[in-house]
Amino acid sequence: MATPMVRAEAVHKSFGRLEVLRGITVDVAPREVMCLIGPSGSGKSTFLRCINHLEKIDAGRLYVDGELVGYQQRGDKLYELHDREVCRKRSEIGMVFQRFNLFPHMTALANVIEAPLRVKGESAAVAMERGRKLLDRVGLADKLDVYPNQLSGGQQQRVAIARALAMQPKLMLFDEPTSALDPELVGEVLDVMRGLAEEGMTMVVVTHEMSFAREAGDTLLFMDAGVIVEAGTPRDLLANPQHERTKSFLAHVL
Amino acid sequence: MDPPGELTPGLTPSGPANLAVRPEAIKAIGVRHPWRWVTAVILLALVAGFINQLAAAPALHWDVVVYWLTQPSILSGLVVTLELTAIAMAVGVALGALLAVMRLSANPVVSTVSWFYIWFFRGTPVLVQLVFWYHLQLILPTLSFGIPFTPLIWHGDTLTIISPFLAAILGLGLNEAAYMAEIVRAGIISVEHGQTEAAQALGMRRLLVMRRVILPQAMRVIIPPTGNETISMLKTSSLASITTVQELFEKQTLIAAYNFRIIELLIVASVWYIVCTSVLTFGQYYLERYFARGSSRQLPLTPLQRFRRMLFQFHAPPPEPLPEASTDTTRINRPHG
Repeated sequence: MATPMVRAEAVHKSFGRLEVLRGITVDVAPREVMCLIGPSGSGKSTFLRCINHLEKIDAGRLYVDGELVGYQQRGDKLYELHDREVCRKRSEIGMVFQRFNLFPHMTALANVIEAPLRVKGESAAVAMERGRKLLDRVGLADKLDVYPNQLSGGQQQRVAIARALAMQPKLMLFDEPTSALDPELVGEVLDVMRGLAEEGMTMVVVTHEMSFAREAGDTLLFMDAGVIVEAGTPRDLLANPQHERTKSFLAHVL
Repeated sequence: MDPPGELTPGLTPSGPANLAVRPEAIKAIGVRHPWRWVTAVILLALVAGFINQLAAAPALHWDVVVYWLTQPSILSGLVVTLELTAIAMAVGVALGALLAVMRLSANPVVSTVSWFYIWFFRGTPVLVQLVFWYHLQLILPTLSFGIPFTPLIWHGDTLTIISPFLAAILGLGLNEAAYMAEIVRAGIISVEHGQTEAAQALGMRRLLVMRRVILPQAMRVIIPPTGNETISMLKTSSLASITTVQELFEKQTLIAAYNFRIIELLIVASVWYIVCTSVLTFGQYYLERYFARGSSRQLPLTPLQRFRRMLFQFHAPPPEPLPEASTDTTRINRPHG
C-alpha cells in the first residue's frame, strides 16, 4: 500500500492528569474519508488537533504523509521541530472548525486569500483568482465582499471550507463542522463536503451526522474514553455494531 | 433557498403570519411626566443663576479673557502642550504595546520585567516621576551610552541631555506606557482563542497571527480607552510645568504672575483645553467607527447623520422593514459563544 496519509501509532495525550487519548493506532490512506464518532469527551477532537500539531502528543508516533508530526528523528533521538517547520507542515493540512472561526474583520474573499498571500507568498492575482473560484464552488460567488457576520452559519462554514482549500491541502480535517448549525443549514455544508470526498480529497471528519458517514465515509471509527472501540466500514458498523458500548451509543443517536 | 413564499390560490391566508394588510399605525396619547418638567425647570434656574453670578462678577474681566485667548504667548504654549501630548502618547502607545506583548510572552524573565515595569510606573505618582527626571543630574551628573564589549562609548552632561522638554516627555511617556500596556493586553486577550487556532491551522506564524488577526480585532477594545488616555494626557501635560517646560499651563501662570489676572488666565487655559478635548472626542468617535467594521451589522450613525435625521424625521414615519442582504441571508447565526 502507498504511504498512509495519516498514521497513528499508540498515540497518547493528557491534559494534566486527565488522559484524553490512551493509545490510538490507525491508518488513513490517501483519498480515504474517515469519520470519527463517539460521545463528547471521548477524545475525537483532540486526536484531530494532534494531526496538525495544534496539540502535542505525549507518547506514541504520529505521521502525516510519511513524516513525523512536530518532531524530527535523527539517530535514536527526537528533536522538536522549529516553529517555522511546524507552520510549513500545517499549511499543507486544511482544518475546519465547529465554530467556523472566520476572521470577522475581513470579507469572505479576504478570509480565503489571506493565507495564500502571506504564508505561501502567492501573487494577489493568483490568490484572488483561486479565491473567487473556490467561493463560487461552495456556492458563494455573490458573497465575495461580505463580512462574516452578515452571513448565515452555513454560509460562514462554507467560506471556512473555501479558506482551508485555498492552501491546496493534501489532507482536510473537519472538527464537527455542522454541530453549530441550525438543522436546515446542515445540508448545504454536507453537500460541499460530499463533493470534496468524491473528488478524492483525503478527509478525517469528526461528526455526529451518521447519514454523511454512511454515504461519504470509507471507514468509521467509534471512539470512547480515549481509545478506538470499534472500526469498520460505515455500513457494517452502523448496522451491526459488535461492542456493547457502540451499541448503546448508536441506540441513542440513531 | 426557497423563493419568498407565495400563497397557493384558493388558500385563505389566516393567523398571525399573515401580514398582507398592514394595520393602521398606533396613535395613542403618551403618559404625562409632570415631574420631569419640574426637575428640568429647577435645574435650569440653578444653572442660569450660577452663570449670571459669574458673568456679573465685578472683578472678573471678560475682556481680559478675550484678549489673552489669542495672544502669541498663549498660542505658543498651546502648541507645546499639543506636542507634549502627541509625543508622550506615541511613546506610551509604542512602549505599552511592547510591554503588553512582553507580559504575554512565554519567556518568564521577559514577562516578569514587564510586570515590574507596570508595577513601578503605575505605583508612583506621575508628578514624582516628572520631578525625578527633571532633577536626574543630582544623582547622575553625566550619562554614558555605549555598546557593551566595544570601545564605543559616549558621555554627556545630564543637564544638557535631559532638557525640560525631554524630562516632561520621559515623565509623561514612561508613565503612560504602563497604563497603555494594560489596555493593549486587555485588547489582545479579548480576541477569541479560536481566531489564533484558525490562523495557526492555516500555517501562519506567531508574529503574522498577531499582526494580521489578533491586533486588528483587539483594536476595537483598545481604541476607546486609548482615546480616554489621550484626552487625559492633554490635561495631565499641565503637570509638566513643574519641569519649567513652556506649555499652556506654565505660560498662563507666568502671565498671571505679573498681571495678577489669575482667574481670567485660568479661564483662557481652560477654554483651550476644552476645545482640544472636544476635537479629540470627535476624532475618537470616527476611529471607533472604522474599527467596528465587520463587528456590527449596521454602523452607528455619525453625529452629523443623526442631527440630519433629527431635523428631517422629527415626525418619524413608521419604520421601514430592515433591508435583507438577499433572500439567502434571511437567517443570522447566533453570536459566537
